[in-house]
Amino acid sequence: MLANLSYRAQRVVIIVSFSLIPILLLITFGYVPVLGMFRYAFTDWNGLSPDYNWVGFDNFRTIFTDKKYYEGFINSIYYFAGSFVQLAIALYFATILSFAVRGRNFFKGVLFFPSMINSVAVGLIFLFFFRPEGTLDTILGFFGIANPPKWLLNPDIINVSLVGASIWRYLGFNFILLLGAISSVPSDLYEAAEIDGANRWHQFKYIILPSIRRIVAITLILSISGSVAPFEIPYIMTGGSNGSNTFVITTVKTTFSYSKYGLGSAMAVVLFLIVILVTAIQKLVIKEEK
Amino acid sequence: MYRLKYASATTFKYLTLIVGVFCALAPLVVVVFASFKTSKEYLNSSALAPPSDWFNFDNYRTAFVKGHMLTGFKNTLIIMVTALVGNMLVGTMIAYVLQRFAFKGRGIIMSLFLFAALIPGVTTQVITFKIINALELFNTMGSAILLYMGTDIIGIYIFIQFMDNISTQLDESAMLDGASYFTIFAKIIFPLLAPAIITMMIIKGIGIYNDFYIPFLYMPDPSLRTISTSLFAFKGPFGSHWETICAAVMLIIIPTAVVFVALQKWIYNGFMQGAVK
Repeated sequence: MLANLSYRAQRVVIIVSFSLIPILLLITFGYVPVLGMFRYAFTDWNGLSPDYNWVGFDNFRTIFTDKKYYEGFINSIYYFAGSFVQLAIALYFATILSFAVRGRNFFKGVLFFPSMINSVAVGLIFLFFFRPEGTLDTILGFFGIANPPKWLLNPDIINVSLVGASIWRYLGFNFILLLGAISSVPSDLYEAAEIDGANRWHQFKYIILPSIRRIVAITLILSISGSVAPFEIPYIMTGGSNGSNTFVITTVKTTFSYSKYGLGSAMAVVLFLIVILVTAIQKLVIKEEK
Repeated sequence: MYRLKYASATTFKYLTLIVGVFCALAPLVVVVFASFKTSKEYLNSSALAPPSDWFNFDNYRTAFVKGHMLTGFKNTLIIMVTALVGNMLVGTMIAYVLQRFAFKGRGIIMSLFLFAALIPGVTTQVITFKIINALELFNTMGSAILLYMGTDIIGIYIFIQFMDNISTQLDESAMLDGASYFTIFAKIIFPLLAPAIITMMIIKGIGIYNDFYIPFLYMPDPSLRTISTSLFAFKGPFGSHWETICAAVMLIIIPTAVVFVALQKWIYNGFMQGAVK
């Protein structure tokens, strides 16, 4: 049918018909939610009733003055610190596995595999791992540590435990990206350096690190925005109890459990602005690198 | 002296690798152990002790039947296949239009997709929820299918990049034979995109299989549980029956492990391509 039309007419038909659905999906689930979020952030809408009142900046005032709401940001510090630990470990393993190592593929696979696992499964695996007299306590027992803390009940430790589980989950992903970046460093650079008497540390510092600076910067910045928004692991493991609330958990609960859609939207706006800001910084940094 | 230093560096390297492997596997291995233990054995043995009977599949049976995991697998499969087919069609179609034709508005569409990729998905669920409700898709598989189909834009970039390397001479010679643009897309471009499509399907597929947020928010109905939400439901009723929970966890990890071993290379490449964009 199409073939009977001229190519000029066909061109119009194909452009319109092929982009209609993608653009409709993009607008419905990409842009309308963002606009709606900004609108409801200034209201006291409860999600059900057809009418609501404009409340100005009240919702934002609540978020930054009521500890219940900003507590999540304090806990983000743990996740932020954890992302540095994660990056350091990932970088270490990526570096040593980019050279000849016996069983390289085995190590690569094992270190990466956890990031493929279903998030609910990861949550349950670590609930099991941290149980009193569970895996971790038994292992510590071998080293003579008799009275380990209550990993998921003690508010002073719970975030460290959860960050540990998150590192386990996301390390492999970081690792494989860095490994990919390091493998693209031309190998004659190492050979030349070796002839000049450079050792492994020198090679890392003067060859590897400068060539993967960009991807390290991306990873770091992504982890900043990631540490604002941890949800799955803490929600599945503790539901945000015992002081393990994150900002996203509070947002989800405020909106869907307590039906404060206005306040929830305001929280989403705050999160949105942070992520946009961080992304803007990322783009700037990367541009400078080039 | 140098040799000694070199030898100790090698030892250190393998030592850290072994510690790394231990940390990566220990949490999983104990789950495997527990999944084969009877409840009595579980209560009376150390977490690190292997099970006495490696062929005790009772927990697996309990988890599978009482945890309604068949429903979960079935729902996940339906959602995954439908969303993937839709996502690939939508993605390749828009990529074809954007890469092969220069038209007014092309730049605008590109930047619309580009900017949308920056919008953090978690933050907008409050309103997305309302839209899903208005479309009367709440508590239907349609909600998840539609959301998985539309949200991911990274694929478009990968498709466009791949298409840059498909010579336009192919299109032109087909046009000499009188092929329509649609025929060119369906018979030439789409088949040639196969490697990119497979990569994207693996990455998207893993994402859908592992996603918790969307089924949890949009499909609370127990008969619509996916594997993530049916596993999450084990937390309550099976509370202290860790041997059953561990079997359920294993049931979900085994397919992932099989896919990983079979498709390793594709997975590594796919994740790298997807992330650098």
